[in-house]
Amino acid sequence: MSDMSYTDGNLLAGPLSDLFTVDLTIATTTCAGCGKVDRVAALHVYVVGEGYVARCPGCGDAVLRFLRTPTQVVLDLRGTFSLRVPVADDTA
Amino acid sequence: MARLRWTAASVVDARYETPTARTLVLDVPEWLGHLPGQHVDVRLTAEDGYTAQRSYSIASAPDGTHVEITVQRIQDGEVSPYLVDVVAVGDLIELRGPVGGWFSWDPVGVDPVLLVAGGSGLVPLMAMVRTRQAVGSTAPIRLVCSVRSPDEALYLDEVGALPHDVPVVLAFTREAPSGSERPAGRVTLGELGRATNPAETVYVCGPTGFVEAVATMLVTLGHDPNHIRTERFGGGRA
Repeated sequence: MSDMSYTDGNLLAGPLSDLFTVDLTIATTTCAGCGKVDRVAALHVYVVGEGYVARCPGCGDAVLRFLRTPTQVVLDLRGTFSLRVPVADDTA
Repeated sequence: MARLRWTAASVVDARYETPTARTLVLDVPEWLGHLPGQHVDVRLTAEDGYTAQRSYSIASAPDGTHVEITVQRIQDGEVSPYLVDVVAVGDLIELRGPVGGWFSWDPVGVDPVLLVAGGSGLVPLMAMVRTRQAVGSTAPIRLVCSVRSPDEALYLDEVGALPHDVPVVLAFTREAPSGSERPAGRVTLGELGRATNPAETVYVCGPTGFVEAVATMLVTLGHDPNHIRTERFGGGRA
């Protein structure tokens, strides 16, 4: 039986709103490990203490790590090759 | 755009849906509306300053400053037993939201929608059904609910009374109601149905194992993986 102890990136919507005014769960990430492109909402999220580790559904590498302490937010994106965030078209 | 802030919500009503699940009606003075499928984060702070935070799906259609959440009690949980068994009308809780734009349905849409719920994964999907009814949307919608037994089923009377243009499959997996034509068992490929309209969007919510199994079945049935939106729970903090 495969590991089913994860939830998903939808859970990060609130925590990431500490840093960003746009909803990052609709953004797409490219995994630095395998190149797979996924919505942040679709990443496999493991809750670790007060933090979150979001892993690539393809290769399992950590794409995004988020930790909130009483005085800091730590966001580790070294597993993300790129992050694409949809925005309103301001040339229209 | 302003950053979301934690805000105080007052409990204005509460009702049990099952012996282990309770709906809280919250009044949130700063509420600016939501899309069905979105959730809120709830934060509890103990007298010693210890805080615990959890996410709960919104159950209700937009209705001014009132927001409903349905909380399933998790054995040995830190937050859900408080919200199910202890919190009372008049109490205040801290809340942040609405959040989560991916697992949400915009009721101005006209494309067909399939909703697949596992257990209390019905909560955000019920918000979509309720919103469709509230705004008079004619978007074709189907609902497939998988639940262990009738006494664990949320909103059973309401689901049973949905109008004929909302076809419902109720799949009891362990114990079917007496007299039921459908034997107890998991949701089948036939009940999910083949993809007949490429524009159909599928929303699947439930425990992680359920969501993964259903998503695999949907792809087998020809549904476009890009049109399958999933929300998994379990595996988080209890």
